Amino acid sequence: MSRVVLGPFNRVEGDLEVTLDVDDGRVRSARVNSPLYRGFEQILRGKHPFDAMVFVPRICGICSVSQSVASALALRDALQLEVPPNGDRVTNLLLACENVADHLTHFYLFFMPDFARAAYAGEAWHAAVKARFEAVSGRARVSMLPARARFMHLMGLLGGKWPHTLSLQPGGSARAVSGAEVIRLFAILREFRGWLERELFGDALEAVAAIDSAANLARWAAARSPASSDFACFLEVADALGLAALGRGTGRFLSVGTYRIGDAPAYAGGVWDGALRPFRHEDVVEDITSSWMMAPSAPAHPWAGDTEPDMDKDGAYSWCKAPRWQGQVVECGALARQVVDGHPLARSLAAVDGGSVSSRVVGRLLEIARTVIAMETWIREIRPGEPFCQRADLPEEARGVGLVEAARGALGHWLVIRKGRIANYQIIAPTTWNFSPRDQAGTPGALEQALVGAAVPAGEGGALQVQHVVRSFDPCMVCTVH
Amino acid sequence: MSDRFSVLWLQSGGCGGCSMSLLNAESPDLYQTLELAGIDMLWHPSLSEASNGEFIDLLQRVCDGSQPLDALCLEGSVMRGPNNTGRFHMLAGTGRPMMDWLRELSDKARYTLAIGSCAAFGGIPMAGDNPGGACGLQYDGKRSGGLLDRDWQSSGGMPVINVAGCPTHPGWVTDTLMALAVGELDAAALDSLNRPRSYTDHLVHHGCTRNEFYEFKASAELASDQGCMMEHMGCLGTQAHADCNRRPWNGEGSCIRGGYACINCTAPGFEEPGHTFTETPKIAGIPIGLPTDMPKAWFVALAALSKSATPKRVRANATEDHTVVTPASRKTGLK
Repeated sequence: MSRVVLGPFNRVEGDLEVTLDVDDGRVRSARVNSPLYRGFEQILRGKHPFDAMVFVPRICGICSVSQSVASALALRDALQLEVPPNGDRVTNLLLACENVADHLTHFYLFFMPDFARAAYAGEAWHAAVKARFEAVSGRARVSMLPARARFMHLMGLLGGKWPHTLSLQPGGSARAVSGAEVIRLFAILREFRGWLERELFGDALEAVAAIDSAANLARWAAARSPASSDFACFLEVADALGLAALGRGTGRFLSVGTYRIGDAPAYAGGVWDGALRPFRHEDVVEDITSSWMMAPSAPAHPWAGDTEPDMDKDGAYSWCKAPRWQGQVVECGALARQVVDGHPLARSLAAVDGGSVSSRVVGRLLEIARTVIAMETWIREIRPGEPFCQRADLPEEARGVGLVEAARGALGHWLVIRKGRIANYQIIAPTTWNFSPRDQAGTPGALEQALVGAAVPAGEGGALQVQHVVRSFDPCMVCTVH
Repeated sequence: MSDRFSVLWLQSGGCGGCSMSLLNAESPDLYQTLELAGIDMLWHPSLSEASNGEFIDLLQRVCDGSQPLDALCLEGSVMRGPNNTGRFHMLAGTGRPMMDWLRELSDKARYTLAIGSCAAFGGIPMAGDNPGGACGLQYDGKRSGGLLDRDWQSSGGMPVINVAGCPTHPGWVTDTLMALAVGELDAAALDSLNRPRSYTDHLVHHGCTRNEFYEFKASAELASDQGCMMEHMGCLGTQAHADCNRRPWNGEGSCIRGGYACINCTAPGFEEPGHTFTETPKIAGIPIGLPTDMPKAWFVALAALSKSATPKRVRANATEDHTVVTPASRKTGLK
């Protein structure tokens, strides 16, 4: 048995270190460490509750809008506010824009460049993948970056800028939209749809969203050349490298549900482990056995949670806490969202491989197609002239919870207001779920489990399989270690 | 020295948002801009292939001088805590505080740039009682001198160049790097906080789309109102140094155009304004923070005068989220 320490991982958001125990060229056990602490939960204590809206997006520059939405929802819950439907529509558009752009960034800039590495030079597909996806010089980014930037004009129009908007308010959207602007939003989205259908999918979004099983996905891929689209190209690589057998997760998927109009989410929430179970936030605790945090005696629900750093704690190895649902390790992200929502392709993939490098990427691309279609609906439903924001009056004592799905999974904010100030603010980010350390029972987190079995060839510093597994979760360490 | 300009980009106690903002660069996009300016990104955490040991080797080559470096860019605060050990950010795979790496690398680079207000001044992580011990590269909040002494200069003869903003605008970063690459950025191009004057010689107020409401002191009262946000909503646009309304974000955006107050994010200490961000502090009904360079007596007199002269249209529209009274159309007599 030998020990390997890998880090820093780039092309993830934030700093990440992974310690592996390797035997016979395979990972036997893994420990994931987020080596940065900033202390947002401490900073928020004592602040005016509305000031949270300035601080929380700055937890993370890639999940910025998601953090804002979670905070707005937590405040909305605490204030018992009813938001006008226009406010929900604009919120959904901003959130969807961030999530879709993040999926795109992940696929083109973070994930695919690993397959362009020299280590794969002997593979039949390598030359084409290198030409298209190699870091910095690959051709795909020539059209991808401008397409992404123009798509994000939606952020400029509705949110002022990205990242770090303050247009998302507890009462809805501070930015009202005129009829002329609705037309411009349509133009932005139509242009982006055109790019997706031409470059990423080589097919209509509706056709991608209609693929309903792992077998039909294989048929879809077999019916076209890998050069016809980036999705087809990925499926060829995934097939050749067996990515569906790599990075198997817990098979237990969490989504808190997202894109609400009123109380109805466009993607339903729940936990799927072969059957759909309801998700209640009361079933969540954070365990800090392996975290550099001063310990209360038992894992606590976030409303009762605390954050005090302690770097010298015995047995601790990460700044990340270990959230558990009904005591269980769960996986979240685009695949989990689509599985929980009941999309037949996602359910089929989950049944075949329980969550893998390949199915996590397919889940993300499937979600791009579905979400852009939904965005067109929300734009069509905007009613200029009707209100976008509700007045918000602050109570002296209240508590609230805000649950939303960021690109990389379930995000929750738990807020306690006392004497008109924030008494406690606890955050569980998607990568806190996925990259959690061991809990008091010694059970490793989702990534720690998914890494077991990955190949670590002797003398090869890159440990490419480990990198594929890590990046398949699209981790965001800065959210994790708020 | 090669005629290419090399950049090493590191992240510490920040959110990565300045890098995300950089990807929004347009016409030309980020990669084209770098290419056209002859800039080689030796390593960037979101963009480069090299990971783990490959990257640590690169850092060591810069430290031993075998890899020349033109510009070191830091994004995120320097994390000094706990107790000045820097252990709140150990650079993964190295077992060494990032703070120590930064000190060593900044001595090797011709220029050192702080990308965003965290790296420049400490920024958001300094809020509250600064639990992480955050500071900027050459500022500790408003005080000169951070990780590096106040008199520190890079081998290129410049202090840390503070491309402040939260996040920073992609154009502010690419303009600064391009100017350095062609040797067109000297000490005179920086303001008193060592920010590039290319964007800080402007106020956010310049080009504000709510200017008519400002002129007549027709004020917004609630989020989503169209009126001027200075009087009640905490807007610092008349005091904040940046060109956000002349050079918009993500196509046509800015904070004010997005419906919310400018919080002066290019300034040190913006994270602790001493009041709720979205409420204007006042004494006897008069905002405490007056427009930059405006004598108080004149401001009060002009505000009173303009309030009494406010057209009905402007007053009515200020507290609505859409135009309820349109500008009058006059017949011009022209056919």
